[in-house]
Amino acid sequence: MIRIEKLHKSYPIGKESIHVLKGIDLHIKEGEFVSIMGSSGSGKSTLLNIVGLLDIHDEGNYYLNGELIKDMNEKKAAILRNKFLGFVFQSFNLISYKTALENVALPLYYKGVNRKERLEIAMEYLEKVGLKEWANHLPNELSGGQKQRVAIARALVTKPKVVLADEPTGALDSTTTDSVMDLLKDINNEGMTVFVITHEEEVAAQTKRIVRLKDGVIVSDELTKNTNSVSHV
Amino acid sequence: MKFIFDSDSWQEIYGSIRKNKVRTGITIIGVLWGIFLLVVLLGAARGMENGFKKLFGDFATNSVFVWTQSTDTPFRGFQKGRTFRLKEADIEILKREFEGEIKLLAPRNQTNNLITHDFKSGNFQVCGDYPVLDQIQKKKLIYGRFINENDMLTTSKVTVISEDMYIQLFDKGVYPIGAYVKINNINYKVVGVYEPSNTINLDGDSAYIPFSTFKRVYNTGNNIDWMVITAEEGINIEQMEKDVILTLKNLHNVHPEDKRAFGSFNLGTQIAKLTGFLTGMQFLTWFVGIATLIAGVFAIGNILLITVKERTKEIGIRRAIGATPRSIRQQIILESVFLTTIAGMLGIIFGSAVLFVIDTAFGQGPDAALVNPTVNIPIIIIAFATLVVLGTLIGLIPAHMATIVKPIEALREE
Repeated sequence: MIRIEKLHKSYPIGKESIHVLKGIDLHIKEGEFVSIMGSSGSGKSTLLNIVGLLDIHDEGNYYLNGELIKDMNEKKAAILRNKFLGFVFQSFNLISYKTALENVALPLYYKGVNRKERLEIAMEYLEKVGLKEWANHLPNELSGGQKQRVAIARALVTKPKVVLADEPTGALDSTTTDSVMDLLKDINNEGMTVFVITHEEEVAAQTKRIVRLKDGVIVSDELTKNTNSVSHV
Repeated sequence: MKFIFDSDSWQEIYGSIRKNKVRTGITIIGVLWGIFLLVVLLGAARGMENGFKKLFGDFATNSVFVWTQSTDTPFRGFQKGRTFRLKEADIEILKREFEGEIKLLAPRNQTNNLITHDFKSGNFQVCGDYPVLDQIQKKKLIYGRFINENDMLTTSKVTVISEDMYIQLFDKGVYPIGAYVKINNINYKVVGVYEPSNTINLDGDSAYIPFSTFKRVYNTGNNIDWMVITAEEGINIEQMEKDVILTLKNLHNVHPEDKRAFGSFNLGTQIAKLTGFLTGMQFLTWFVGIATLIAGVFAIGNILLITVKERTKEIGIRRAIGATPRSIRQQIILESVFLTTIAGMLGIIFGSAVLFVIDTAFGQGPDAALVNPTVNIPIIIIAFATLVVLGTLIGLIPAHMATIVKPIEALREE
């Protein structure tokens, strides 16, 4: 599903440039539940941004769903994001003046689904995350955990190949963290590839594979005890 | 173009406007004010023009008045300072010399006399006139008729009096036609009563009697006080004025360069000056209106730029979940055009309402300051189209700004 070969990325800061990713090799198969661990500055967010087509790598190869990502323009990237990827952010990133239902339906709008149909689909997914009764509430009327569940529903609504979650529990307390993680686990159990970035050991422990990054290189890549049916290379 | 008719696009615009109600409202006022000013000013200028037109309404606007004064140059043995009179013979010569150029020519004599009827009296101007005067300055007759050729031929003692004279000299309810008034102790039969025009006119409250009668009664011989000449369509009235005066100078032994001997007044040139002034006003109106309009459109561009800046993160989210730069741009341009269009429509509606009020309050009746203040529909359509084009162009700037930021940077924005 995601194949990364010798990936390099550096950011110019003033005249200097910081080498953030120093040759990453990673292969994630369909249906995996992978967490990327690392302290801040280890390059985990950069990796997620590149995987999520929000940023462009300098060197190396990146294959998404078998397709080599190269010479991306904004339009192409937008279409691929809409088709293959679902995003879950630490700060939820819901649109404040749209209801939960409208937020969930928005990716379908950009996909060109008509209003009636997309509201139906969105409602289905809200039901799935257990927030059907909250469909017509604005984000500021929801709790943090509820907001993140809306965000997850939004990430899932286009039936993506991969869900990318950047510190999905970073702004949540432990109870809601668990409920969000349970949700992600359920999604994974249904066969969705889930890619989580976190610095919390407890969160990582609930995934099936932990990749540890340090100073831009992978220091360890191991399966957890949760792994049963899915194996990796 | 499909996105314009897509209800979802409008849903999005509604959402973004609802979020910034006050600011959107204030911005709209900018453009609204611009087009409002344009409509009202153009309407007022039109009203003023109509007012002037009405002022000259009953009067042939290509007229020249000519009279004699005293010479300022000695010529052919005559001393300077000589006074002389226009003669009836001049009329025939002028008519012959300027055939095809002069349309109407009315020689006139005037004096002031006491006019009495029973025991009532008043001092009024008395004019000896040709029937043709009625064609140069149309008289609105309340009763009866104006002087005619028959009166001239028979040198009848008939008169056409003004409404004011009728009120002053007659008892209320008395029918004036056929009654007799005494002018300078001579009885004249009243054949007409006219309503004095409150626009430009030659002689205020005058009693008109036939030119031939005036000549006989006041013993004016062949003398003429002054004359009114109107030109045929398409004749250069200024040139004709010069030529007529030169001919008259020749007839009366006046030096061709004499500047004082003949006095003249050219209504055509005066009106041209006024028309020039009106054109200038209209130009100023357009200038002010369009400048305000542009300022208003810039305000919309500005506010959208701020909105875009504020919504950087939101735009970043939208792009992360699959919005193409094109769809973002379309959205913002559509919003800009929508705002300018709404503002434009409101401005036109308010402007027309104000013009309607002006028209009702000041635009009617004989003394109206602004007559029928209106704006042409094509002008409105042009102004409106300009507005939509400007709205689109100005929307391009914030639309570009919205997509120039990378989604990753937009998402980092707090």
